[in-house]
Amino acid sequence: MAQNPVRKTVLWSLLAGVAMFGFALFVMPPLYDALCEITGLGGKTDGRYVAEQPAVDQERVVKVQFVTTNNSAMPWEFRPLTDAVRVHPGESHKIEFYARNDTERDMVAQAIPSVTPGNAAQYLQKTQCFCFDRQPLKAGAEANMPVVFFIDPALPSSVNTITLSYTLFDVTDRQSVAVTARN
Amino acid sequence: MAHGPAKGIGRWLRATNHKDIGTMYLWFSFAMFLLGGFFAMVVRAELFEPGMQIVKPEFFNQMTTMHGLIMVFGAIMPVFVGLANWMIPMMIGAPDMALPRMNNLSFWILPFGFALLASTLFMEGGAPNFGWTFYAPLSTTYAPPTVNFFIFGVHIIGASSIMGSINIIATILNLRAPGMTLMKMPLFVWTWLITAFLLIAVMPVLAGAVTMMLMDINFGTSFFNAAGGGDPVLFQHVFWFFGHPEVYIIIIPAFGVISAIIPTFSRKPLFGYSSMVYATAAIAFLSFIVWAHHMFTVGMPLAGELYFMYATMLIAVPTGVKVFNWITTMFRGAITYETPMLFAIAFVILFTIGGFTGLMLAIAPADIQYHDSYFVVAHFHYVMVAGALFSSTAAVYYWIPKWTGRMYNETMGKVHFWVSFVAFNVTFFPQHFLGLAGMPRRYADYSLQFADWNMVSSIGAFAYGASQLLFLYNVIATIVAGRKISDPKVWEGAEGLEWTVPTPAPYHTFSTPPAIK
Amino acid sequence: MVSTAKQLVRGGIGALALLPWIHAAAAEPAAQPSGWNLLNMPQGVTSVSQNVYDIHMIVTWICVWIGVAVFGVMFYSMFAHRKSRGHQPANFHESTKVELAWTIVPALILIVMAFPATTTLKELYDTSEADLDIKITGYQWKWKYDYLGKDVSFISELATSQASIYGNAPKTEFYLEEVTEPLVIPVGKKVRLLMTAADVIHSWWVPALAVKRDAIPGFVNETWARVDKPGIYRGRCAELCGKDHAFMPIVVNAVPEAEFNAWLAKKQSETTAMRALTEKTFTQDELMAKGEAVYGRSCASCHGAAGEGIAGVFPALKGSKIALGPVADHLNIVVNGKSGTAMQAFGAQLSEVDLAAVITYERNAWGNKSEDNIVQPVDVFKLKKGQ
Repeated sequence: MAQNPVRKTVLWSLLAGVAMFGFALFVMPPLYDALCEITGLGGKTDGRYVAEQPAVDQERVVKVQFVTTNNSAMPWEFRPLTDAVRVHPGESHKIEFYARNDTERDMVAQAIPSVTPGNAAQYLQKTQCFCFDRQPLKAGAEANMPVVFFIDPALPSSVNTITLSYTLFDVTDRQSVAVTARN
Repeated sequence: MAHGPAKGIGRWLRATNHKDIGTMYLWFSFAMFLLGGFFAMVVRAELFEPGMQIVKPEFFNQMTTMHGLIMVFGAIMPVFVGLANWMIPMMIGAPDMALPRMNNLSFWILPFGFALLASTLFMEGGAPNFGWTFYAPLSTTYAPPTVNFFIFGVHIIGASSIMGSINIIATILNLRAPGMTLMKMPLFVWTWLITAFLLIAVMPVLAGAVTMMLMDINFGTSFFNAAGGGDPVLFQHVFWFFGHPEVYIIIIPAFGVISAIIPTFSRKPLFGYSSMVYATAAIAFLSFIVWAHHMFTVGMPLAGELYFMYATMLIAVPTGVKVFNWITTMFRGAITYETPMLFAIAFVILFTIGGFTGLMLAIAPADIQYHDSYFVVAHFHYVMVAGALFSSTAAVYYWIPKWTGRMYNETMGKVHFWVSFVAFNVTFFPQHFLGLAGMPRRYADYSLQFADWNMVSSIGAFAYGASQLLFLYNVIATIVAGRKISDPKVWEGAEGLEWTVPTPAPYHTFSTPPAIK
Repeated sequence: MVSTAKQLVRGGIGALALLPWIHAAAAEPAAQPSGWNLLNMPQGVTSVSQNVYDIHMIVTWICVWIGVAVFGVMFYSMFAHRKSRGHQPANFHESTKVELAWTIVPALILIVMAFPATTTLKELYDTSEADLDIKITGYQWKWKYDYLGKDVSFISELATSQASIYGNAPKTEFYLEEVTEPLVIPVGKKVRLLMTAADVIHSWWVPALAVKRDAIPGFVNETWARVDKPGIYRGRCAELCGKDHAFMPIVVNAVPEAEFNAWLAKKQSETTAMRALTEKTFTQDELMAKGEAVYGRSCASCHGAAGEGIAGVFPALKGSKIALGPVADHLNIVVNGKSGTAMQAFGAQLSEVDLAAVITYERNAWGNKSEDNIVQPVDVFKLKKGQ
């Protein structure tokens, strides 16, 4: 068998390889999520906002748009009941989204939010959202699904239009799988 | 240790001799090169003129994907491992590689990995069709059923690479002849040491990426699936964290080969040995912090784009140092133009052009136009083909007299060079124009304004492909019937331990360590 | 020997003097360059595209001149320092001064390049309020455009026929660059483009606008364009998105504002008319004719022009259980798609009339003979409404 110094080199190299595998599998995804949360990378928004709400900035008006997309195999009717609102930062608003399951089977959907521009994502705070939970609808049923949000007054002054997008995915067949829904 | 090689097939199946294993790596990579080249010919034949004539778009995507995978993992990476096996022990005065049995294993799992990958072509659903970069969700939710074979194949190939690099590191760090200090090692050894560290750092990341894919596809996780809280862009970050060092893994040993050949045929020592070592290390380091320049259009924050742009531009500095060093080495030498030198000079010119286009691609706002266009295809073929392949071709011509004790046919070598050089440029230079004018890469068909340059490119590609058969013929002819030579120092200007052993190199070299001046 | 070098340098510069001519030829604002004139990036019709073009040219020329200098030295020594000319090798190596110089000078050149690049990049990230917001959704293999807040939305897909692609019909001027319906935008207005995708990643690229942005499923991305000149600008999908990646072109029609408003009003009334149309009853011939066209656009690329499918990947429709079985199942799969397969939910993409027509077509074409062979738009409408 190889001499001792060789064995040592091999062990260290192997260890480095295993560590990098662990890094890719267990460190990179959460690190990326953390980075996204801090920088708004990919337009990911924070989870449910629980802290105290900041004061309203009456001076400033920000336009907030709502758009929806159905993922390819998602047959529901899904649209915002309001296209856009103009809001003062700090002020809470409730917007409803309409969903209807046109199919003949009971289904479960998950809405994934995304905000653009990316540097606004961390300033759009939701105190209530249908995207926090999966949304079941029986065959032929319909529902109005609310989101309550406010814009953090710390929003960079260069931003004056924010788009909040929801993509609706069919997760009926993924029921058994534990999913950590991003909010 | 006086015994020679075993007889029959057993010599190869149970090979532990670094020269035998090196030979097998070289032949395997050449076979893969021909296979990947054949796929490229299918691609260029389909693109010869507008319209779908030969294959269906679905199959076209399989061809581009398999071409990329086979060339990167099957041809270019193994050819340098083969050269490393043959040359590193002889260059540092070691009797063999540090771990001969692992060496055998790391070679012999490769054919299985690629057989698995290639067999998907004949399965239902076809071969992988999502590009060699296999972006999710095209490679996960929307992948053909054969994707699991692809993942398993990548795991095998990755394991082989990691074992190979552990072996190389252990050899270089522990088996150097007394007096062979790190800063006396030939640059080829240095570049491979750095490459091996890169491989150990990033091949596991690739393994991690495909493992996450495997789990998303088969076990319902959502690393890359937005529906379950994942993110397809995460895949691109993980992939390019592997992918950018990977392209340097491919090119850095080429630097080592060129740094051996240019001084030999200039009859003058390499100009800045230590600055070459530092420049290589700098390039390797930078390769870890620039990955997202492959993703300028995914919608990163401004600060991210600026950072990745500046960091990427920095790579031009150490790369420039290398090119300047080669040219200064040639300056005031006594240059002769044997086939290896011709390929080496072509490498310097064409690799530099690839470097220039690389710098252009680093400029983020301009990259908006270049990204995913044929400009990128031209760029990386200037680096991969004229860089990695030309240098490994040069290496074969350079060392084959030492390996076989026979001289290759110089005229045929020169014909091979000139046809390759001209055909290469005819193939890939027009692709810059196509990309700038708006033709995206991985297109099975294109609109009429792109027709002329595509036809030129295809003609060049056929000529380039044909000239490699000449290379194959020349190599076989050398082995079988080349002019016998016995001078240990095959080339007048050659320096280094490998030129002190007899020609052809005996089965066992440096059983007792040489004295280093 | 020195004079030889001078001649070489002079000759090189002379040859380079030709390059600006090539540059001028490529910059000619004439129609889209093609054939041998196709050499360079278009200058485009937005301020961003102009700036991008300028940076591209600056960097290209810097690279060319560095190349001339570096290769000049190399070619000089390749010629002058040949052994065959009896040149004796020098033995110099290492020089801190030279090595410092060739590290610092390139670094300075890079800094010079970084300035215009940074400015243009910042311009790209301008987030001021736009005059018009359009959401662009990438599908395998077509684009959907939603004019936000305007109640206008349509699918834009390849208009080139399969026959033309496979050589059974001539290729016309805009082969693979023509779509069923172009994106119409007003000139001189800031148009904000929101990108997303419904299946895999696509990338919306129009070179003349210097816009290329990935459309990522589940995420929304934005960029913008203000087109200065009316005209038709053509682009393509730039991110590999599956089989028909090369067959989902983009056409942007930039028109004066008044014309845009008229177009918008017309589209809005069409939307209303389409709703009324679903009430009408069509004859089988009407449906078959319309259905054949829809089938060619939306279905034939997977299921084959004659419903033959692709073995192992896409099922055949000719003689299939779905096309010959109960009408409800057929409607259901076309409208709602099939989870976990490439079969999309076309209910969100095609109008009720188109859906009825294509289902009718599939139930009667290629020798298919099903019991219920006619589907009316109103049937589709009812299914969609869940009745």
